[in-house]
Amino acid sequence: MNLAEEARVLDDAAGPRTLRTRTQLDWLESEGVHILREVAGECTNPALLFSGGKDSAVVLRLAEKAFRPAQIPFTIVHIDTGHNFPEAIEFRDRRVAELGVKLVVGSVEDSIKRGTVRLRRPDESRNAAQSVTLLETIAKYGFDACIGGARRDEEKARAKERIFSFRDDFGQWDPKHQRPELWNLYNARVNPGEHVRVFPISNWTELDVWQYIEREELDLPSLYFSHRRPVFRRNGLVVAVTHVTQPKEGEKIEELSVRFRTVGDMTCTCPVESDAVTVAEIVAETVHTRITERGATRMDDQTSDASMERRKKEGYF
Amino acid sequence: MEKETTTVSQPGVLRFITAGSVDDGKSTLIGRLLHDSRAILEDQFAAVERASRRRGQDAVDLSLLTDGLEAEREQGITIDVAYRYFATPRRKFIIADTPGHEQYTRNMVTGASTAQAAVVLIDARKGLLPQSRRHIYLATLLGLSDIIVAINKMDLVGYDERVFLAIRDEVLRFGRGLAHSRVSFIPISASVGDMVVERGEHLTWWTGPTLLEALEAVDVSRSLLDLPPRFPVQLVTRPGLPPLVELRGYLGRLESGVLRRGQEVIVLPSGRGTTIRDIVSLEGSSEEAIAGDSITLLLGDQLDISRGDMIAGTFAPPSLTQSISARLCWLNTEPFEAQRRYLLRHTTRTVKARIRNIDARVNIHTLDRDQFVGNLAMNDIVHAQLALQQPIACDPYETNRATGAFILIDEVTNQTVAAGWID
Repeated sequence: MNLAEEARVLDDAAGPRTLRTRTQLDWLESEGVHILREVAGECTNPALLFSGGKDSAVVLRLAEKAFRPAQIPFTIVHIDTGHNFPEAIEFRDRRVAELGVKLVVGSVEDSIKRGTVRLRRPDESRNAAQSVTLLETIAKYGFDACIGGARRDEEKARAKERIFSFRDDFGQWDPKHQRPELWNLYNARVNPGEHVRVFPISNWTELDVWQYIEREELDLPSLYFSHRRPVFRRNGLVVAVTHVTQPKEGEKIEELSVRFRTVGDMTCTCPVESDAVTVAEIVAETVHTRITERGATRMDDQTSDASMERRKKEGYF
Repeated sequence: MEKETTTVSQPGVLRFITAGSVDDGKSTLIGRLLHDSRAILEDQFAAVERASRRRGQDAVDLSLLTDGLEAEREQGITIDVAYRYFATPRRKFIIADTPGHEQYTRNMVTGASTAQAAVVLIDARKGLLPQSRRHIYLATLLGLSDIIVAINKMDLVGYDERVFLAIRDEVLRFGRGLAHSRVSFIPISASVGDMVVERGEHLTWWTGPTLLEALEAVDVSRSLLDLPPRFPVQLVTRPGLPPLVELRGYLGRLESGVLRRGQEVIVLPSGRGTTIRDIVSLEGSSEEAIAGDSITLLLGDQLDISRGDMIAGTFAPPSLTQSISARLCWLNTEPFEAQRRYLLRHTTRTVKARIRNIDARVNIHTLDRDQFVGNLAMNDIVHAQLALQQPIACDPYETNRATGAFILIDEVTNQTVAAGWID
């Protein structure tokens, strides 16, 4: 029996009807909404991490659609390294105001003042230090769940991550003893001091994210779109000139058309050369790219094959 | 295209598991699928080239693409489920890469729980080993609709059709227990790349599909839409917000079947009947919802409904019961202890549960019911009777996976200790 015949048999059984086709984006969106509603149903004090980046913008959109017309039932949390791009901070504040939700900012600067983060050099990347501030923020507010926009396709260690991922009272991830996760029966139970990290877009790829941004006409920080910017080259990467990333001797400043594929801490996030100024052009570039998102843009992942796994065990997102 | 909007929905996503042992070339097969469907990007490939060279291998070892954790790279085996993604113009694929060793039965059960299809690898030189048999049994136990047996390493048996046919017949002969799955066979060489994504030049006698074509053709939509509607309630919205000024909205995902505006439904466990006043999809008010949609339901009557309740069609409703007979796969390193207290999580409902009796052990090599002696320990699958403190609205797993599946959680450690599927 072919598909058309099968459809007719179905129609005969239940009366005439029209079934709209569900695309992969519909499937992913519905799964993400289901996960967020499970967090709201199972956890008492959940937080949603929102950095102003594209992945967290997608998660925020899913949360908006999951609960409307009601408010998003999560505290919005941002861990600010103090080295964020101003465009991302501006976007963060604008979205939070639009949604009328509560924003909590955990600041790495404060952790440095408290002495819980100690940098070897003043200009050392604060990316890894975010884990300390995140855990301090979770403890301070007593969050029992922390929702983030990490995806399994980003990195090998993340490929093994659960959707509801348990963290002990030191905030640590133990990849060898993860809770089994079956069907869509998520186990969010924790004791005081422990929490779960929840990843509603685990099953999305970079292309899915961009196609969803296109379909939902999501607003993003201007950094994601091609713009002229002074840059220099280091280890095969294009590095933006900022107050924390300056060229060393022999590294020449040039002005290029670039866009960011990920937006994180300024000290370790690099743009790529691109002329894509619209979401549709970015989707087209993403289809044809031959370099992974983190490979092209992250200085911190290239130190060793297992650098992400080690950072994740320490509590990194 | 107009045809697509009026025909049965084809889900844009297929989830499948790969089963096979280290030596069957499973990681190589996944590497091949990802590489040939252009899901592997240059920097990932370069990293694998470097790693292959460090190990003194001449050719690029595609299996290095998938072994993510440090411990696995040290031991050269896969110890946990890893998820991989690739897409063709026809659909998106999610692979659950599950370990082959017997002690990791629980991981295969985990991977299979969300999958619709399984690719079971058999080494053409070795034929049907007990463990391949076990992989096929586990796939059928978990209710996978399609099992694709990929007979690998055809290059090492001279691409001999007779070898392929002999193994195929051997699998078909033990066919017991496979009644509910479609089983198909494909000869491949993952390391050379024959019949995985490309047809290759060596298997000229094979006229069937490549592995990727077979995966693209797996039809999973019909069975779910054909089932009676099941809507586990996730959350209840408070009234007072426009447009729900007077009504409560029931948030959840339709797990099976189709719901239409005006349709009569039953709410469980109360057993009260009502009608669907409106369906609010993520885009707004709509005429109908189909399996897989996350929606908000507005009902015709004010009823007392909360998280964990089930809204179902009036025809063939689920059974409401406090005692279930099920198969259990023990997942935890600590064996079952009768004096411990367990919670049973079924759809969105959590109830206290007790294992009243363990009737038999499932022999995963023969699917026979062996006498149960000793402990219920990690990786064991048993037939058991459970008593529940509160009723659940359930179906046999065989007819509805979403309402037939449950997990057990240790109330003290909060560990997920067992997976269960209702008889």
